[in-house]
Amino acid sequence: MSAAERIPGVEVRHDAPSESALREVVFDVEGLTVAYGGKPALSGVSLEVYKNFVTAFIGPSGCGKSTFIRCFNRMNDLIPSATVDGTILYHGEDLYGREVDPVEVRRLIGMVFQKPNPFPKSIYDNVAFGPRVLGLKDGLDDRVRHALEQAALWDEVKSRLKESALSLSGGQQQRLCIARALAVEPEVILMDEPASALDPISTTRIEDLMDELKREYTIVIVTHNMQQAARVADMTAFFSVEVDENRDARTGILVEYDVTTKIFTNPSDQRTEDYVTGRFG
Amino acid sequence: MSAAATTLVGAKPRGRVLGAIFMGYLLLSLAIGFALLLWLLVDIAATGLPYLDQALFLNDPSADPAIAGARPAILGTLYIGALLLVFTVPLGVGTAIYLEEYADKERWYNRLLELNIQNLAAVPSIVYGILGLAFLVRGLGLGRVLVAGAMILTLLVLPVVIIASREAIRAVPGSIRQGGFALGATKWQVVWRQVLPAAAPGMATGSILALSRAIGETAPLLLVGALTYVAFNPSLLDQFTVLPIQIFQWTSRPQEEFKVLAAAAIIVLLAILLTLNALAIWVRNRYQKRW
Repeated sequence: MSAAERIPGVEVRHDAPSESALREVVFDVEGLTVAYGGKPALSGVSLEVYKNFVTAFIGPSGCGKSTFIRCFNRMNDLIPSATVDGTILYHGEDLYGREVDPVEVRRLIGMVFQKPNPFPKSIYDNVAFGPRVLGLKDGLDDRVRHALEQAALWDEVKSRLKESALSLSGGQQQRLCIARALAVEPEVILMDEPASALDPISTTRIEDLMDELKREYTIVIVTHNMQQAARVADMTAFFSVEVDENRDARTGILVEYDVTTKIFTNPSDQRTEDYVTGRFG
Repeated sequence: MSAAATTLVGAKPRGRVLGAIFMGYLLLSLAIGFALLLWLLVDIAATGLPYLDQALFLNDPSADPAIAGARPAILGTLYIGALLLVFTVPLGVGTAIYLEEYADKERWYNRLLELNIQNLAAVPSIVYGILGLAFLVRGLGLGRVLVAGAMILTLLVLPVVIIASREAIRAVPGSIRQGGFALGATKWQVVWRQVLPAAAPGMATGSILALSRAIGETAPLLLVGALTYVAFNPSLLDQFTVLPIQIFQWTSRPQEEFKVLAAAAIIVLLAILLTLNALAIWVRNRYQKRW
């Protein structure tokens, strides 16, 4: 019995890359622990994120995958009680170094959130917001257009750029948020369950988009949906929850990180296999 | 089946009778409040309207009711209102932004600050008047001038403006802030370009309603010396009077003619207040955000 047949409902990409070792490393995470108010939410994570790959984080609720993705653009800084230990190197530079400005980090590492969060402004102003706050005022129209084209939204909105972004459908709003992130020309795009609030057709569009975007960008995605990870990701990391009964603590840990095909067809860890085959979670 | 038919028709259960009684009670409370207000308005209008003429707006007060007007009081009220906006909006909005966006709510001094603001909103206005007399008029030596009156009313309504502005800021979803930060915006840019525009309608509504409350105030201004007889146009560092005080003064005169004048002045005051309230409602509806 081949490995793929063992996992019903999971369609595995056949062009899955095997040359990950040769890829340029964008993020090098080493022994990362995140705690909220002293309680660790995620403990001892080490992995590498490769350039022009889609890297997916999967795992059950509470496994810390959303916490983890927010470390890459220092969004956890906005939560006063959050503390981050360990290191994340971004092209060899410590992301949490003393001199690093989180505002500059977020410029280079964009983010798309679970629920579409367009600003209550026009479609144009939404996309132009990032360039404007960064002082990139030259050729703003072209920049907005290019970002909307990259997000496969231009044709749908080109005649109504001045209309409120809130008049768009949920799927369009999410693509607008992707365009908004692209408009500042980041190197990495983090997506925290970008399709979980969308219908299947919109979800497919977002997934197709990721396939397109990874030529130019490095994409990190958190998803609940295993099929989605199997469809879009080159590399997949499986996180799980470790429950410490004595201290009443639930901590997320990285169980296995490998090429997506391997994770879904021939995982090395029993816990990964239980999860991807639907026996757990 | 006949059994089913009878249950559908049913007898009137006790709950339904109680419900009808409760509904009647609700309508009665509404009717009493509404009728009293209507009676007041009609009575004032019937008495005052014939005297709502040029003289009321143009003339100085006088011992002769035939030529007495409320020009200094009307102007005083407008000046105080304008000054109030200038004083309260920047202070109130600034405090609200600090408390909502910058203050660490875990710190004891921020919690104390919050508690105090809630309490200050409930302090009787006469207490503010005493404070104004002690600190502004005498302590700072401002004297019994219009700007001192505006300052004391500022203190009076500031907690209300702060609370309303905080509500407006809190209504801006956190996802909007996160979206801004994720694009590399600084805190200042997120507050200035996202939070403030989104919260502005709510802040404006709160500020206008607070202003209309302040304009109807009498007690604190009596203490900081809004005179009851002012026969000149107000200026910032001069003695002054306002409409409620002029009305109060006229109603306490023995002559019937002054009572009629008071009714006319009440119409003017009501018109100003209702205009402000209508403006607040309009702003709220016009710029209301949906997310």
